[in-house]
Amino acid sequence: MKNLLAAATLALSVSASGLAFAEPLKIGMITTLSGGGAGLGIDTRDGFMLAIKNSGNKDITVVTEDDAQKPELAVSIADKMIQSDNVDVLTGIVWSNLLMAVAPGAVAQGKFYVSTNAAPAALAGANCNKLYFNAAYQNDNLHEAMGEYANKAYKKMFILAPNYPAGKDSLTGFKRYYKGELASEVYTQVGQTDYAAEIAQMRASGADGIFVFLPGGMGIAFMKQFAQSGVKIPVMGPGFSFSQDVLPAIGDAALGAKASGQWAPDFDNEASKKFLADFQTEYKRLPSIYAVQAYDAAQLILSAASKASVKNADAFRAELLKADIKSPRGNFKFNTNQHPIQDIYLTEVVKKDGVLTNKTVEKIFADHGDAYAKDCKL
Amino acid sequence: MTLALALEQLLNGIQLGVMLFLMAAGLTLIFGVMGLINLAHGSLYMVGAFACAAVAAWTGSFWIGLVASLIAAAAAGAIVELVVVRRLYDRDHLDQVLATFALILIFSEGTRWLFGSFPLYLDIPPLLQGAVSLPGGAEYPVYRFAIIAVGAAVALGLYFLISRTRLGMRIRAGESDREMIGALGVDIRTLYTVVFALGSALAGLAGAMVGALQSVQVGMGEPVLILAFVVIVIGGIGSIKGALLGALLVGIVDTLGRLLLPQIVGLFMPLAQAGPIGGAIASMLIYVVMALILAVKPRGLFPAAHG
Amino acid sequence: MPMLNRENLVNLALAILLIAVPLIANGLGQPFYITLATRVAILALAATGLNLALGLGGLVSFGHAAFFGLGGYVAGILAAHNFSGEPVIFGLGGTNQMWVIWVVSILVSGIVGLAIGAISLRTSGVYFIMITLAFAQMVYYFAISWPAYGGQDGLSILVRNQFPGISTMRPLSFFFVCYVILILGIGLFALIRASRFGAALQASRQNEVRVATVGIRPFRIRLTAFVISAMLTGIAGALFADLNRFVSPSMLSWQMSGELIVLIILGGTGRLFGPLAGAALYVVFEYALGGMTERWQFFLGLILLLVVLFARGGLIGLLAGKAKHG
Repeated sequence: MKNLLAAATLALSVSASGLAFAEPLKIGMITTLSGGGAGLGIDTRDGFMLAIKNSGNKDITVVTEDDAQKPELAVSIADKMIQSDNVDVLTGIVWSNLLMAVAPGAVAQGKFYVSTNAAPAALAGANCNKLYFNAAYQNDNLHEAMGEYANKAYKKMFILAPNYPAGKDSLTGFKRYYKGELASEVYTQVGQTDYAAEIAQMRASGADGIFVFLPGGMGIAFMKQFAQSGVKIPVMGPGFSFSQDVLPAIGDAALGAKASGQWAPDFDNEASKKFLADFQTEYKRLPSIYAVQAYDAAQLILSAASKASVKNADAFRAELLKADIKSPRGNFKFNTNQHPIQDIYLTEVVKKDGVLTNKTVEKIFADHGDAYAKDCKL
Repeated sequence: MTLALALEQLLNGIQLGVMLFLMAAGLTLIFGVMGLINLAHGSLYMVGAFACAAVAAWTGSFWIGLVASLIAAAAAGAIVELVVVRRLYDRDHLDQVLATFALILIFSEGTRWLFGSFPLYLDIPPLLQGAVSLPGGAEYPVYRFAIIAVGAAVALGLYFLISRTRLGMRIRAGESDREMIGALGVDIRTLYTVVFALGSALAGLAGAMVGALQSVQVGMGEPVLILAFVVIVIGGIGSIKGALLGALLVGIVDTLGRLLLPQIVGLFMPLAQAGPIGGAIASMLIYVVMALILAVKPRGLFPAAHG
Repeated sequence: MPMLNRENLVNLALAILLIAVPLIANGLGQPFYITLATRVAILALAATGLNLALGLGGLVSFGHAAFFGLGGYVAGILAAHNFSGEPVIFGLGGTNQMWVIWVVSILVSGIVGLAIGAISLRTSGVYFIMITLAFAQMVYYFAISWPAYGGQDGLSILVRNQFPGISTMRPLSFFFVCYVILILGIGLFALIRASRFGAALQASRQNEVRVATVGIRPFRIRLTAFVISAMLTGIAGALFADLNRFVSPSMLSWQMSGELIVLIILGGTGRLFGPLAGAALYVVFEYALGGMTERWQFFLGLILLLVVLFARGGLIGLLAGKAKHG
């Protein structure tokens, strides 16, 4: 009886608070829906919309537009969404360079930005902002995890990334934790599709392990060529290198590759199982890590919107910071710089029922934050 | 640097060059005969890769996919020639650039419309899997040897086609005097369609073969297209021989530059800084080579009869 | 005194329309349309620069994004140094004064234009198209790989640069700044076209041999035109960076060079107001189609193709009839 009463009171208070703040919230989603990088943007959009749909919240509207992976276009769309559509929250950008073009301007105009993926160091440290949240990670995190993992099994690593800021951040993050010897540190051209020259250097280097950060098509090309090269050194990378969006295109060449990630489809928690089932029912494919991150970003916005009005920025921010959601990732909370503190796992590419997917092996970091939070004065 | 590494990198450079030759041969042929500058050539490369991946997935055979890529790219090329390109022959280069630029947009979004946004899977056929040992101890992928062989065969085939066959005679005639062959009673419209389809098929073949090594995705053609343009400009536009030598030069310079420049810069500063800077110079290297060659020989190494 | 023929009427209407849209948008409280109009003005200025080389001189440069991006990077780099207080070079500091930035971007793009032009203009035809493309790619890869100014991530301008007496953060004020420079740029184009130099430039496009026989060296004429063209496109790049408060290597990409050519042809090659008409049309297409369908690039391609095949002379040609000369 007592329990029942408590439950009833709780239900009442929940619905009351829901009613109190049932005011419209407009979200502007700018993401990549055309061109070579469209796969990531489509997973972002679909993950995000799944959470919105599941919530049944009719007061939330989402306007979505394609940035074609062009920074100038993203800025123009952001201007339009802020100045003409009057959105309250912006989200959805996949790439760091586009985020750097949009987010500083958006928060300067008093809008919230909740990032679903891109997390450049520039926005995590001294230039952090009250209105900027990141629901994914900080760019260095997954690379740091692989550096930590490499300490266990490898003595001489060959590390490789594209020659652009995210690539340099990647290798910096790896080296922050890796204590062994470096066989070589190689930067390849952005968009490079032939890695024969680099693979030959790997063979000649005497390395006992290889770490590569090559997102999208670059990673697909590298893994296929590496598998053909006859080089037998184990390959590892951050989660994006072997995420669900690229695995089918790499094929069996990816089998056995180790990666780091905050989520894998085999996670054994209720939120993850529900997310996986809902996503597969809705879209008939396995979700990638980008879909999970966007799903959580939407959950975060929904949870804050149910308790505070977005017009009251301080209250809304306080609710966002609580991160009162059931994330498929399990543990999830915000750091002082409004980037996640979360567990990071080692995963391995396996074949399950004829489909390539990532299997969790072990936890590398528990409650891992980032190296820049200490510079952020919020 | 060991001898084995040097040999392996040289082979890599040749393989990249051969692949570029397949692209550049079509471009230079089309320019030589019809005087057309075709930016959409990279799209035909993409068409070949997608056709091969889709058909290989459907039939389970890479080889059927390879044939499909030739047919699909040739057909796409012929359709483009009949519907669009035909109207551009007597226009200036500006209109040609713009129209074929528009074709890139149409092809890219059209392909995404048909095949979705995710990269397709295309694997190397079992026959060509694995690697063989090189003298010096290194191993080299069989498939890359196969690409070199196909490229050499195409180069020989083109040489034979152009110097020994009736079609080749007409192509040579078209290159030297366009009005003349019309007067000789050759059906010039059909000749143009055939040449365009032939060039497209070569691009499609390159796309399919490279697709098995890389990712088959929208937008894969444009980086190769720009390299192919560099090749034909270095070689002399309209010259098949120039395209072959230009392609090998670009392939080898690019591969060796990527290997050597970071090490050379590394003599002066620590590795973590030398890597990005050496990489930056390496990515500009072929354009520097091209500018140097054009500064000395403004019409390329092997200028064709007209330009 | 220009005659009131049909083309001049169309031009006047375009100039008035471009200034009317932001004024009305301002009245209606729709600042986004001011931003859109500013975008049109800046792209039109960049294309006017290119039109000088391409329309008057027949020099199809497929590498003008290099100048556009360089102008943008001048704005970004000077603003960043002004913010950090570190000197740029030789003890000279950065600045947030637009007019200084404009002068520097004109100088930088002019010098680079001189170097690129001096080599490229030794070639002609397709070779010229390709070598200008190659130079632009060189600058593009350099910008992506060079770590000091953000590489591929680009460079944010946290606060828009200043102009004495004007609050540039207000969309309408910044629009007027861009509009005035656009009109000055178009004025310069008209002056050059009517001058003896312009006549020689156009003559060298039509008949090189004849120009050479009357004792004019086409190379010098073309090089001068190419450099002025680069300067105009460079200043437009600086304004574009300030509009977006951001500059990145994509301003240097070959697609950007292609888009600048597209603007000119959409509007009408060699026409005084062609770049403005083309830029307006392009921005409206991009905005309207982008709002309607994810596949907007497909339809944009289709429209471009139809314009090239069937509407030669572009928008101005359609509205004002064939060019009198050209």
